[in-house]
Amino acid sequence: MINMTGTSRKFGDHVDTDVIIPARYLNVSTAEELARHCMEDIAPEFASAVKPGDFIVAGENFGCGSSREHAPLAIKGAGIACVIAKSFARIFYRNAINTGLPIMECPEAVQGTEQGDQLTVDLGSGTISNSRTGHTYVTSPLPPFIMDIVAAGGLVRYTRRRLEAHSEVQV
Amino acid sequence: MQNHMGHTLSQKLIATHLAGDGGDVSPGQVAEVWPGDLVEVTVDLVLSNDVTAPIAIREFAKLGVDRVFDPDKVVMVADHFAPNKDIKSAEQCLAMREFARAQCLPHYFDVGRMGIEHVLLPEQGLVTPGDVVVGADSHTCTYGALGAFATGMGSTDIAVAMATGRTWMRVPETIRIVYYGQLRPWVGGKDLILHTIGEIGVSGAVYKAIEFAGPAADDLSMAGRFTMSNMAVEAGAKAGLFAVDDTTRSYVDARTSRPYSVYEPDADASYAREVEIDVSLIEPQVAFPHLPENVRSVTEASDVWIDQVVIGSCTNGRLEDLRVAAEVLRGRQVHTDVRCIIIPGTQQVYLDALEEGLVETFVRAGAVVSTPTCGPCLGGHMGVLAAGERAVSTTNRNFRGRMGHPESEVYLAGPAVAAASAVKGRIVGPREVLH
Ligand code: SF4
Repeated sequence: MINMTGTSRKFGDHVDTDVIIPARYLNVSTAEELARHCMEDIAPEFASAVKPGDFIVAGENFGCGSSREHAPLAIKGAGIACVIAKSFARIFYRNAINTGLPIMECPEAVQGTEQGDQLTVDLGSGTISNSRTGHTYVTSPLPPFIMDIVAAGGLVRYTRRRLEAHSEVQV
Repeated sequence: MQNHMGHTLSQKLIATHLAGDGGDVSPGQVAEVWPGDLVEVTVDLVLSNDVTAPIAIREFAKLGVDRVFDPDKVVMVADHFAPNKDIKSAEQCLAMREFARAQCLPHYFDVGRMGIEHVLLPEQGLVTPGDVVVGADSHTCTYGALGAFATGMGSTDIAVAMATGRTWMRVPETIRIVYYGQLRPWVGGKDLILHTIGEIGVSGAVYKAIEFAGPAADDLSMAGRFTMSNMAVEAGAKAGLFAVDDTTRSYVDARTSRPYSVYEPDADASYAREVEIDVSLIEPQVAFPHLPENVRSVTEASDVWIDQVVIGSCTNGRLEDLRVAAEVLRGRQVHTDVRCIIIPGTQQVYLDALEEGLVETFVRAGAVVSTPTCGPCLGGHMGVLAAGERAVSTTNRNFRGRMGHPESEVYLAGPAVAAASAVKGRIVGPREVLH
């Protein structure tokens, strides 16, 4: 996978799905509409300031709270190329994989990154480089099963391919 | 190598649902799974609601499948923004209704028959012990109270489960929490789970399951157990389970004749962590803004003046919760500066509350009683907060902006504290009201 370079948008611990996309906007479900309100309760300037290709860099338990897939959709719609966090809430983790939002778990990189740092991320090799500090961080790769889903372009395409290949999978 | 080790409840429930090609098991042998295994399982029930179903339906359409895997096992509930709060919500409900009709789903619940999903499904006998349930709602973990493995997922996962009757999951490690001692008066399941989240933190159980155990957990009614399993996700957990006992059996047997299987965790099961909690030390609890782990005893909450009280939700919208609230409100008046909104969890709870005279008690006290809906719990409708306003709520989340304006505040508590606070206009325990 190609290198992605962008600016870090830094957040703290426990960024929950209600601040990623407040429930009052859940009556719409397109990524573009949701993106306009992404993070608005904790970082009102985020939606207008974010540039396509930027990275969200956050602390522990990113995406905790509800199961709303609107959360990764809003982030994707805002143009974020990848979310790098110390850890993810499990439903958010699944939703990101399933909807094709790249994520990386790397506490050291989060520790060493400040708001506005230029990062270069290589998903394939799992490396994150910070041009300000000159540091490069390596994360552990996704489990192969999950890599398969990502490689297929998300869970729907993965499943569709499987259903077509083995019609006997269908119950 | 791990043969000598026993199995947790989650391991057993997942092992019994391994999808055909998932295990290498010869006849007479029992499948085993271990924490960290990625497995494919069959599911007994797939749930979604008016917020998550529209996306699931959209993704379902992309799968190239015409029918859901089994209409009896696909449940849809219009509860979040229903009765429709605006045109966009109406369109979301319509999309779900049309799909439910086209797929002939017998368990589609619309206004008039619906309730808040996690109160409704157990009440309707749709979940039984031993089941694996997945839902496009994070509080799907509520059904762990019935000895089922139930967990929340996103809409895309649910689309695939609706099409195939299967899902993938990572077998979780388990934290076992043992409760012992005698509950104090006015202390219930909500106080126990708030206290527990205060102990282990909002990320204390991320990727893990929780087993609630011990004599004080056994003493809880089903309502108290549902409340605790419901909020397991507030500690980051994937599931929050109780073992099945006579309390569970009589609840389930009164609601369905479907046969079910009962599993128990092995005595030598291996746990990621074990926590013991002496419940006799626990006073009524309150979680301060903006995280469910900011827990204090109600006696430590002095001079928090409030504008609104909400009693309801999938956490505390059951008949038993309303009875507790009524006990506090009977013959008293809601403080003039407080709006007190009471929301029975389902039509059945509403009817029972009417017949027991609880609704009359609430209305005479100056509270309003609403049709079942999630409404204010997620800042949707029926009680949205303005900037600077404070609410005591029996719901499960007090994140910033959860019930309205980002500068409003939500204090989580059980129905006794909520009702007492409604009377006093500030956060107090029931003893301050009852003398
Ligand atoms: S009552 Fe609140 S927490 Fe429960 S399902 Fe509804 S919105 Fe979610």
